[in-house]
Amino acid sequence: MSKVRTELMVCGGTGCHATGSIALIRALEEEIARQGLAGEVKVVETGCNGFCAVGPVMLVQPEGIFYQKIKVEDVPELVEEHFLKGRPVKRLFFKESISKEIIPNMDEIPFFAHQELRVMRNKGIIDPEIIDDYIARDGYFGTAKALTEMTPQQIIEEMKKSGLRGRGGAGFPTGMKWDFASKSRSDVKYVLCNADEGDPGAFMDRSILEADPHAVLEGMIIAARAINATKGYIYARTEYPLAIHRLEKAIEQAKDYGFLGEDILGSGFSFDIEIYQGAGAFVCGEETALMRSIEGKRGMPRPRPPFPAHKGLWEKPTILNNVETFANVAQIMLKGGDWYASIGTETSKGTKVFAISGDVNNIGLVEVPMGTPLRTLIYDVGGGIPDKKKFKAVQLGGPSGGCIPEEYLDTKVDYEEIAKVGAIMGSGGVIVMDESTCMVDMARFFMDFIQDESCGKCTPCREGTKRILELLEKICDGRGEAEDIDILEELSATIKEASLCGLGQTAPNPVLSTLRYFRHEYEAHIYDKKCPAKRCAALLKFEVNPDKCKKCGLCFKACPTDAITWKKKEVAVIDKEKCVQCLTCFSKCKFDAID
Amino acid sequence: MAKLTIQDLKKIKENASKDISLRQNKGKIKVTVHMGTCGIAAGAREVMSTLMDEIAEADRQDIRVVTSGCMGMCSSEPNVTVETEGTEPIVYQKVNANVMRQVFRRHILLGEVQSDFALAKM
Repeated sequence: MSKVRTELMVCGGTGCHATGSIALIRALEEEIARQGLAGEVKVVETGCNGFCAVGPVMLVQPEGIFYQKIKVEDVPELVEEHFLKGRPVKRLFFKESISKEIIPNMDEIPFFAHQELRVMRNKGIIDPEIIDDYIARDGYFGTAKALTEMTPQQIIEEMKKSGLRGRGGAGFPTGMKWDFASKSRSDVKYVLCNADEGDPGAFMDRSILEADPHAVLEGMIIAARAINATKGYIYARTEYPLAIHRLEKAIEQAKDYGFLGEDILGSGFSFDIEIYQGAGAFVCGEETALMRSIEGKRGMPRPRPPFPAHKGLWEKPTILNNVETFANVAQIMLKGGDWYASIGTETSKGTKVFAISGDVNNIGLVEVPMGTPLRTLIYDVGGGIPDKKKFKAVQLGGPSGGCIPEEYLDTKVDYEEIAKVGAIMGSGGVIVMDESTCMVDMARFFMDFIQDESCGKCTPCREGTKRILELLEKICDGRGEAEDIDILEELSATIKEASLCGLGQTAPNPVLSTLRYFRHEYEAHIYDKKCPAKRCAALLKFEVNPDKCKKCGLCFKACPTDAITWKKKEVAVIDKEKCVQCLTCFSKCKFDAID
Repeated sequence: MAKLTIQDLKKIKENASKDISLRQNKGKIKVTVHMGTCGIAAGAREVMSTLMDEIAEADRQDIRVVTSGCMGMCSSEPNVTVETEGTEPIVYQKVNANVMRQVFRRHILLGEVQSDFALAKM
């Protein structure tokens, strides 16, 4: 029997690993042993806690005290003061970035307080590499119920009742998808999990797989039972080594316990799961391309119909769902579709996981109920914009999505509402941009990504995205011409209409949504040859405005090439010969004095 | 490993729930061992170990043990505070391993306050 009185839940997600949690765990264990507390105080490595911005993070249980940005040097003090003598170390508590309030308890930190955890209900509570921890939290009871007490039709009915829609972004009702596949006649069927997360700024699926891999396996087993499939694949990108490692371990443990393999839990049903590592092509997140890739062919989409529910992987009926979708399933089986549908909006039920990044204080992973206004997501959970800058826009849905400006920030998180304002729900990437972002440059960035990732099979996408990129580069370079905006709009419409797959059909979205809300910025670039946000180097003069300069010398100190001369009480001067146009001085200047 | 049945699954859950009980905050009784420098010098470490042994033996998951700093009564250390849901906290003074065992078995398990060793009601 354990004599542990305190458990230290240290985040072991990729974010905290990167900020040093592996070394932290080792240091904690050594110090605990040195101070004679081994056996009383235990260190547990959990999945992603979500608050990546302040990592490495640790939660002390049962007290609920949250520590942030812990360094190895802090460990001796922490162990002696808090875990031995019971005096929490205040300087490592969370400090709210705007009110400067110090908050020791995790539940009271606004970042956590506004969340509703369903998909991530086990985050920070279980060790993702220990299956018994998962079982302690009702793990595999959803599978047990679905396999022994429910018919495949009942499973599908429950899914329909829940209103769960595909969390990969398109939002197709999951129950309906399963229903189609269950009605296809075939002796072989497949269940696929899409873990090919590739949007810039998205890390929801990675964190779910790292924090709770068994929840995804359970979703796949239940789906397999619903459509009578015998084999499943998880298509995960090879750039997610930790997620793959934890999945492999989870599959091994599930096989060991008999949750995978022959005759699961004595139900007579058999199912197996394999991981297929993708090489990181964005297009392989498209369902037909993903299936070609698993077949060992080049990952390229094909026209639909036939839909995968009839002819998918190796021409057999197949369902493909996203990681987050599967992670919801076991809870729906256990608690019922009505429970799931009890929160959310008319058409969007349950919760949604978002990865918040960009110009925002609390970068991290959050789960909020559908219907939460974007403003709450960005200001309350996200903690607002750093450095007293103004909010400009938020990009939802990555390169396939669109931006939403200030005036529509009260839009609710809901598939239809977000589409109305020109963006998409997408898989959950939320990139916040402050006033120093140039929207033309932002569109150029996404178009650069898209034309790079276009597979080249259909002409509109292959050629069209390249032409759009050329036009955007031209505008950013100050060579924009009056008719360029019309050409952009025409090209966008054609690409949207004529592309083969979702990648091409949504590729012009960043251009269209920036044109919709920030047309004046395009016009300023083209007609006035000015970049209002001062990000496009070709349109800047690299001169200090003596009327605005406060002679503080911040630009002088920041310049990496010593191109700025400055003395106390004198206006700074930029030497254009030495200047490499890196824009560091623009971001450092607090008075907008450089043109 | 042999295939699990649903009965096995329930058993695993029962055992594993004990292992993660600290993380789910279900404690009804909170025992604070005052571990300031004074407390440690007077023998609080031994009191703590005795307490942990007793809890393990009784196999109880609803008892939370926390440490705290000096509460200003250095002369009566080691001090231990017992808080049961819905009743007033009782501070015990000059606790040693034997007293700790008695407090645990009589007060914590049976609810009989051991006033012989009590310093005060808080």
